[in-house]
Amino acid sequence: MIFGRLTLESFPLHEPILLVTFAAVVLGGIVVVGALTYFRVWGYLWREWFTSVDHKKIGIMYMVLGLVMLLRGFADAIMMRLQQAMAFNGSEGYLTAHHYDQVFTAHGVIMIFFVAMPMVTGLMNFVVPLQIGARDVSFPFLNNFSFWMTTAGAVLVMMSLFVGEFARTGWLAYPPLSGIGYSPDVGVDYYIWALQVAGIGTLLSGINLVCTIVKMRAPGMTMMKMPVFTWTSLCTNVLIVAAFPVLTAVLALLSLDRYAGTNFFTNDFGGSPMMYVNLIWIWGHPEVYILILPAFGIFSEVTSTFSGKRLFGYTSMVYATVVITILSYLVWLHHFFTMGSGASVNSFFGITTMIISIPTGAKIFNWLFTMYRGRIRFELPMMWTLAFMLTFTVGGMTGVLLAVPPADFVLHNSLFLVAHFHNVIIGGVLFGLFAGIVYWWPKAFGFKLDPFWGKLSFWFWVVGFWFAFMPLYILGLMGVTRRMRVFDDPSLQIWFVIAGFGAFLILLGIVSFLVQIGVSVLRRDKLRETTGDPWDGRTLEWATSSPPPAYNFAFTPVIHDNDAWSDMKRRGYQRPLDGYRPIHMPSNTPTGIILAGLSMAVAFGLIWYMWWLAALGFVALLVVAIAHTFNYHRDFHIPVEEVVRTEAERTRLLAGAGA
Amino acid sequence: MSSEAHGDHGGHGDHAQAHGSFRGYLTGFLLSVVLTAIPFWLVMNNVLDNKQATAIVIMAFAVVQIVVHMVFFLHMNGRSEGGWTMLALIFTIILVVIALTGSLWVMYHLNANMMPGHDMSQMQ
Repeated sequence: MIFGRLTLESFPLHEPILLVTFAAVVLGGIVVVGALTYFRVWGYLWREWFTSVDHKKIGIMYMVLGLVMLLRGFADAIMMRLQQAMAFNGSEGYLTAHHYDQVFTAHGVIMIFFVAMPMVTGLMNFVVPLQIGARDVSFPFLNNFSFWMTTAGAVLVMMSLFVGEFARTGWLAYPPLSGIGYSPDVGVDYYIWALQVAGIGTLLSGINLVCTIVKMRAPGMTMMKMPVFTWTSLCTNVLIVAAFPVLTAVLALLSLDRYAGTNFFTNDFGGSPMMYVNLIWIWGHPEVYILILPAFGIFSEVTSTFSGKRLFGYTSMVYATVVITILSYLVWLHHFFTMGSGASVNSFFGITTMIISIPTGAKIFNWLFTMYRGRIRFELPMMWTLAFMLTFTVGGMTGVLLAVPPADFVLHNSLFLVAHFHNVIIGGVLFGLFAGIVYWWPKAFGFKLDPFWGKLSFWFWVVGFWFAFMPLYILGLMGVTRRMRVFDDPSLQIWFVIAGFGAFLILLGIVSFLVQIGVSVLRRDKLRETTGDPWDGRTLEWATSSPPPAYNFAFTPVIHDNDAWSDMKRRGYQRPLDGYRPIHMPSNTPTGIILAGLSMAVAFGLIWYMWWLAALGFVALLVVAIAHTFNYHRDFHIPVEEVVRTEAERTRLLAGAGA
Repeated sequence: MSSEAHGDHGGHGDHAQAHGSFRGYLTGFLLSVVLTAIPFWLVMNNVLDNKQATAIVIMAFAVVQIVVHMVFFLHMNGRSEGGWTMLALIFTIILVVIALTGSLWVMYHLNANMMPGHDMSQMQ
């Protein structure tokens, strides 16, 4: 009764790989916790970070979450590569089917929901308010709550590694396999509740950023004077608000099937598993544009900054983004051409899919024309951008190829498809995130990232990507299907070995990236950046100091043109040195982390059928949420002396940089 | 921005028109009651013999009901929030129409192609 269906057998004591991992995690955890306690930083973390409602700190915490989960998701990836490179000539590899199926499911779920989404949200959180000249987002507390809900979802997925198991269904958990009949264990329940909890966070942060962009722009910044990254963020968050409820609804129906015995997606009693596939892709296709649009925004900022030019075709860029936003709702069926919709339906969705590549292609040309006759500085963000343009174009072309229904009938479910979407997600989203991280790092921390290790990481990643995924295109063309654990045909092995080598190069790329961060922190005094504008930037975030003060801007800037900061520099903008006033800001609150912790308890109770825990947690959620509405200490004023002190320090630094 | 921002937080009452009047709420309430009562009457007294016709009429009333709520309770019109609410509404309608008609179209085809066994007369 107390533990529901959680028994001693639920712990994977018979899996040596998991035991070793568990031991390593426990040891590592003890070291980290011990170090944090020894250096007495718990109080600092709690006061300055965990309970913070500052959009910049929340953005950085999102990035940390994404990075930690990237390591987990990549560990899964390299395990799969190793298994597939080994399992030939009668060898079973080293992973059991039970374990391997969890690994590929966890890899997909983690990389999309807990790496790409947090990192994209993190960058938007950090950059957007600065770019529009705002002091914070519209709903600062909600922002903190959203972050902790996302984290709670990530913790649930990580928990499934050692307590019970994860889903063995593939990353979208298609029924009937994910139904209670075929997956009676806790795996799919972990999947459902992790995504539901994290989904609330994503949805709320989407609402928050839409409101921020619509309502909190600095005076003079009309819609068509917004920076392109802000535009793409707006469209992405509109997509989040419109699409995520569909995911929530379809997962709710699936959980009703599993918990209450309904038959929405079962094989019999009138259920239709095809309806699940249809609904989840109505969310799923906009989701890929949710990820890629901000990356397009990053590339736009980087290209125009490092070419020293205004972005070519700003208006067409904005319209292309808006068109993609709408069209992303008209292509979802291309994910299941082979389910049997018939020629007319398939042709319609095939054509819409080809149409959506037109605005994307227009963007590529805009970037190329921005670079044309520009004084291009080949620094790291620009290198990522160029690698993106070359890599992503190939991925886009294989995408259009897959959009032809007859071709899709040959290539669906094959490694060609796997290669295609890694091609666009790594080559598009991930390269964009890396470009964004290197580009905005000095803004966030006040020193640049070390370029040597950054370039090393860049080359390992790019070369590793091509080594890892080109063989998969070839294998896919030869008809090898995805998610295979063992192979019969020995002639295929060489391709998997090459792909494994590529994954190893990517591992070196990730290690170099971590070393880059470590080295840069150690050498931060040498890499120090005092002007607030290390790249000769063009948008408003470079107008303030690095790192920006808690209040972002002492005076709200007034915008006259696109590329506001570039315009201000050209007109000889003088920073006002007096006339400061106290600044009204939101207060920190621990309610977000408490609510997310309680949500996690509810989810854990539901997963393990510990009904008392779920009920208790839910009641506690309501109580805390209602109690929070009586908290009237929500805001404070930064005293004018503090503003004067901060701004005087900036004046001193600026004078030092000029001298 | 400090003092202005403060004004915004507490300043929901600045636009009295945006929050409607007693008269507006009363009109909305009466319309909602009438629009709810008629479908009830249609069902309870079997006014229309045809069930399908009843369903269609009820749907039509539901749509009108939605519009009444939006106009009188949510105070939506072409000008509120500088046109943003109207834009959001149009966007929402487009997406809902795409998702619903698209799903119906797709599922109809899937059903026709993939579930032939459902037609019992062919099973003989």
